Amino acid sequence: MALLEIDAVDTYYGRVHALQGVSLSIEEGEIVTLIGSNGAGKTTTLRTISGLTPASRGQVRLRGRDITHLPAAQIVGLGIGHVPEGRRIFHRMSVRDNLVLGAYRRKDREGIRRDQEHVLTLFPRVRQRLHQIGGTLSGGEQQMLAIARGLMSKPKVLLLDEPSLGLAPILVDQIFDIIRDINREGTTILLIEQNATKALTVSNRGYVLETGRIVKQGPTKMLLESPDVQRAYLGI
Amino acid sequence: MAILLVLFIPRAASDPSFFVQILVYGLANGAIYALIALGYTMVYGIIELINFAHGDVFTLGAFVSLPLIGAFGLTEGQSASLGLYAALLVIAIIVMLILGGVNVLIERIAYRPLRHAPRLAPLITAVGMSFILEGAMYIWRGANNIHYPDFLPAGRISLGGSASIGYKDLIVIALAVVFVVVLTTFINRSKLGKAMRATAQDQDAAQLMGIDINRTIAATFFIGAILAGAGGIIFGLYFNTVRFDLGFQAGLFAFTAAVFGGIGNIQGAAIGGLFIGLVKAYSDGYFTSQLTDVWIFSILILVLVFRPTGLLGMRVPEK
Repeated sequence: MALLEIDAVDTYYGRVHALQGVSLSIEEGEIVTLIGSNGAGKTTTLRTISGLTPASRGQVRLRGRDITHLPAAQIVGLGIGHVPEGRRIFHRMSVRDNLVLGAYRRKDREGIRRDQEHVLTLFPRVRQRLHQIGGTLSGGEQQMLAIARGLMSKPKVLLLDEPSLGLAPILVDQIFDIIRDINREGTTILLIEQNATKALTVSNRGYVLETGRIVKQGPTKMLLESPDVQRAYLGI
Repeated sequence: MAILLVLFIPRAASDPSFFVQILVYGLANGAIYALIALGYTMVYGIIELINFAHGDVFTLGAFVSLPLIGAFGLTEGQSASLGLYAALLVIAIIVMLILGGVNVLIERIAYRPLRHAPRLAPLITAVGMSFILEGAMYIWRGANNIHYPDFLPAGRISLGGSASIGYKDLIVIALAVVFVVVLTTFINRSKLGKAMRATAQDQDAAQLMGIDINRTIAATFFIGAILAGAGGIIFGLYFNTVRFDLGFQAGLFAFTAAVFGGIGNIQGAAIGGLFIGLVKAYSDGYFTSQLTDVWIFSILILVLVFRPTGLLGMRVPEK
């Protein structure tokens, strides 16, 4: 059974029919990338999974369990972490409080402490800033904090929305290295990226989304070599 | 403003004990405004609603405590004893719980359905809610001033000259300080407090952390009502008279205090409350009470025009 399945989902974003019968499935341990142009419905797909913009038709299943209409706050507790577009860290709270909130649903103090330590090892920059206010961090640091905060819920699947957006190239490489590390430690990842070449390179499989529909899917090798994909998304 | 100060300073200097006396009165008054302003600022902070009904929840605190005082068999003039204060404490707790429930109910039926409506809709609903509460209290106890029993000790401590501070003043100020300190610690340290701040800053992100924002917002209304209820009882005990429309003016003053301090900011609301209390006291004492509203609402307008973020408004850059 797939870890996460989206089955013929229709989602409206306001009056826009943003997803039209989208289906995708992710196996445990994979990195899957969703590519598509602006407005294709990538962010809506993630918001549908995490419950922020629930589907009006179709199903979202986590290990076979229907979670389509559960409140977002409950879905996190089941093991889906969502690092939203634009980082969305809590600007007026300390870096530490941001991390503490990431573990809001958890009760295992000892485990939370261990995970915080682990996350800070993954992101040494975040450790240096631990007592600063979130809003004073640089863009790259905020992105790292957002991912670190997402990991604090101990997710089985981590949804990453444009983690490299607006970052300097050297930071982009760092972020992708960390994504690989997180995956190697056992977290399944669904990734959205403008930087499609890079994203596909670290992924196992990919889906191409066009105006609310999946138009292509397959192993990354196939997508990277497909002329359509190259022309539209890889800038080749 | 400058002219006012020029008029004011020599008069203050010519009679320092009068100046100090008014300071005491202003601080005690301001402490009550501060308690109301906290509720305004918390609710605004979390859902950006100016809850105009909040001042009336404050009045309701005094109104609900009156029958309880009777039910507990407390009578005015009975000698101050531990039993009396224990009973008052129990009454205060009951009132705070009742008001908390009422305010959560108000949020549930009047504001939550409008959470995604244009901003003006909940604002107008809040004004309507204010009228409903005032109307209910008017029907309940009529339009006249109601005597509120005097239980606080009457002694005074001399401050030199003819100025003195009453035990009453000290108690009111001390209670307000305790509430502000407890509330600030709670908001900064507790899990619920952190959830409240997170919800205030970004509701989507808060949900992604696993925070139930409906419950968090309800908790904010509950705590706001606790403070307003405490404020209502303290007002009654201090001034010994209450009326159904008390919350209208007190609410607007407290709102001004919250804006002055930087709406959404807890410490700001407390400082703003004291400031408005002092402005009111000095205006009443040195000029005329008929102009007090003018001064206070001029402050509101000046702050809104020149420094909308208030004294301690949020200044952290948002990238």
